[in-house]
Amino acid sequence: MILRLAFLLLILAGPALAVSNPAEMLSDPAGEARAEHIGRQLRCMVCQNESVEESEADLARDFRHIIRERVKAGESDQQIMDWMVARYGDFIRLRPPFSALTLLLWAAPMLAVGIGAGAVLLGRRRRPEPPAPLSEAERQRVGKLSGS
Amino acid sequence: MIPELGHFALALAVAFAAAQFIIPLWGAQSRDVRLMAAAPALAYGQLIALMAAYGSLVWSSVIDDFSVLNVAENSHSLKPMIYKISGTWGNHEGSILLWCLILAICGGAVGLFGRNLPSSLRARVIGVLGGTSVGFELFALLTSNPFLRLWPVPLDGRDMNPLLQDPGLAIHPPILYAGYVGFAIPFAFAVAALLEGRIDASWGRWVRPWTLASWSLLTTGIMLGSFWSYYILGWGGYWFWDPVENASLLPWLTGTALLHSAIVVEKREALKTWTVLLAIGTFSLSLSGTFLVRSGILNSVHSFANDPTRGIFILGLLALVIGGSLLLFAIRAPVLSASGLFSPVSREGALVLNNILLCSIAAVVLTGTVYPLFADLLFSAKISVGPPYFNATVLPLTVPLFLAMAVGPVLSWKRAALGPALMRLWWAALGAAAVGIVAELGYRAGSAALAFAAAAWLILGSFAEIIQRIRLFQVPLTNSLSRLAGQPLSVWGGAIAHAGMGMTIAGIAGMSLAQTTIVAVRPGQTIALAGYEWTLLGLHDEKGPNFNARVADIRVTRDGQEIGLFHPSRNAFTTQTMTVTNTAIQSSQIADLYAVLGEEHDGTAVLRLHYNFLAPWIWLGALVMAFGGFLSLIDRRLRIGAPARRTMAVPAE
Repeated sequence: MILRLAFLLLILAGPALAVSNPAEMLSDPAGEARAEHIGRQLRCMVCQNESVEESEADLARDFRHIIRERVKAGESDQQIMDWMVARYGDFIRLRPPFSALTLLLWAAPMLAVGIGAGAVLLGRRRRPEPPAPLSEAERQRVGKLSGS
Repeated sequence: MIPELGHFALALAVAFAAAQFIIPLWGAQSRDVRLMAAAPALAYGQLIALMAAYGSLVWSSVIDDFSVLNVAENSHSLKPMIYKISGTWGNHEGSILLWCLILAICGGAVGLFGRNLPSSLRARVIGVLGGTSVGFELFALLTSNPFLRLWPVPLDGRDMNPLLQDPGLAIHPPILYAGYVGFAIPFAFAVAALLEGRIDASWGRWVRPWTLASWSLLTTGIMLGSFWSYYILGWGGYWFWDPVENASLLPWLTGTALLHSAIVVEKREALKTWTVLLAIGTFSLSLSGTFLVRSGILNSVHSFANDPTRGIFILGLLALVIGGSLLLFAIRAPVLSASGLFSPVSREGALVLNNILLCSIAAVVLTGTVYPLFADLLFSAKISVGPPYFNATVLPLTVPLFLAMAVGPVLSWKRAALGPALMRLWWAALGAAAVGIVAELGYRAGSAALAFAAAAWLILGSFAEIIQRIRLFQVPLTNSLSRLAGQPLSVWGGAIAHAGMGMTIAGIAGMSLAQTTIVAVRPGQTIALAGYEWTLLGLHDEKGPNFNARVADIRVTRDGQEIGLFHPSRNAFTTQTMTVTNTAIQSSQIADLYAVLGEEHDGTAVLRLHYNFLAPWIWLGALVMAFGGFLSLIDRRLRIGAPARRTMAVPAE
């Protein structure tokens, strides 16, 4: 459920397009959407922090062209990504793959919440429980004493 | 002459800061009242010296004194006046000097508004601020001096990066910096409390207004930065998980946590040690943010200094400030006695959950931001961590946060029952479900429908606490209304800030329904998008003060009625030889119409047109959040502080 929600929220990240020439775009809307999705997962290698889809650099333009050629040729998203990674290494992936190297990275959310919750539980253990709520008899007595 | 005076004033400020560091702390340690009483005067002295220094830099830039290296490198005689002034903080040296100035303002503010603080606490707070100032001012003086001269004097300057020549970016850095540096005050309070070995409810009460002020400014600063990238970069994007953006988000996240845990300290004297640690952590993240940006260690679009010697100096400074304060924390924290017990389901419990989630998000953002650096340093592996990672890891953590944001304020302190609290929110849940269903069925919003529901839940749920407090529909309406008038501003502030978060979420969700098109059109051609007709009337050239503009004239109509004339342009800056797209945006309450001019190919111009649904709410929500913080800040109870001063009695006639 959480994963599903995470995936749904992932799509929320909004559209951002830098295609500066409409002639670059595929005429088939579904194919174009796929190409954009792939482009957003790839880093423009010569830019500081932009995806292939956002960048105006020539290299990014070439990448966009290659992606669209391959989409037209009927390759799957995975095939295109693999092709890119085989040539340019993991550096091109904006979403780093799961591996021993990125274990800590992907475990970070679980670790952070776990450590936080653990610290709170540990802190509570060391401290006495707060007094129990008043019983019915005590409550009546309080009412009598306070005169209401 | 004037730059030399500025240079001298900066050196003088270092001397004042050193005195401000040593004398009050020494006085507090040896219980010497006279030494402690010197603290505010020394802080004012440092402030005046830095104002003189910064004033000379502004003066040099305004009169185009190109014999000053900093002015020659970043200004130009044709640059409009506002950017000659803002240009002083648009570069490395000037921005560090501004940082020092704001830190000095913080010291002066504590001196001025802290008259009702116990004298030893005030002396220690001002002393700690002075110590921090010494470090940063030495950094400015030794490695980033803005007053260096240049010979031979060039005929004209090199001009500022055109991307930065923008009204939004003129005010963005000072506000962002005020937020960053403002967290130095809670930090100084935390260190002072560790030195004193004592924290009580009044400490929480003193710390909260300063935290609120910094938080509101930081919120506004981040919002301006995001808005700037939205309209200047021309992609319609507004948040890129860029290292520099992350660096400003990190102290915001922990600062938000601090804001909430300080409430617990103030009201219930619990979470004291944790709050001190958060105050130290938040300022440490502010400092690291500066380090990340200034050292150029994390290259990004925004960094304008790549100088390793400065990096090493800042790294040393960071180690000293962060390491020193954490060491002090490790030694002294056990002294702070804990009190204020509470059950897990209670207002305190909800605030603890808020802290865990906010700090987890901060931990994830920090991990993602520095991971490539460490992977490279330790394993020589080149990896990228980009938006897909942050969206996948951060967004799931926000779900419980948003759910709890509405529930927390209706729980009672110390011990609460979850069932009745949830029952009190039934109408917010109903509203959220209705919004979600309408979004899904009416607009096929898909995943965004969930976000819309979350936004509705937050906006509606934010006011549940007030409704509960005025006992709406439980007592007669007039009674409720008179209760409404009596609600403290801090309660309103909290509700409004939470609702503002809801607005921002709605805006982000709305942006995912944005409609865009990229077209190559000839003058006279009309494009239909989102129910509007966009007609390219023509293109013409214009001459700006330091750029040549190619402007498109677009008329936008809806059902034949004119909505507006849009003039997106491409500005080619002459000195910096760089072209900047100038987006045309028209905002209504519920959407932005957004037009960007692209390149021209044989008689056609490329236009990118957007209908950005609810986009204005992203920034409006952030402003509403900051306004909520401001309302809390001016709450009388906070302003007067503890213990309240008695008002002078007016003699009867």
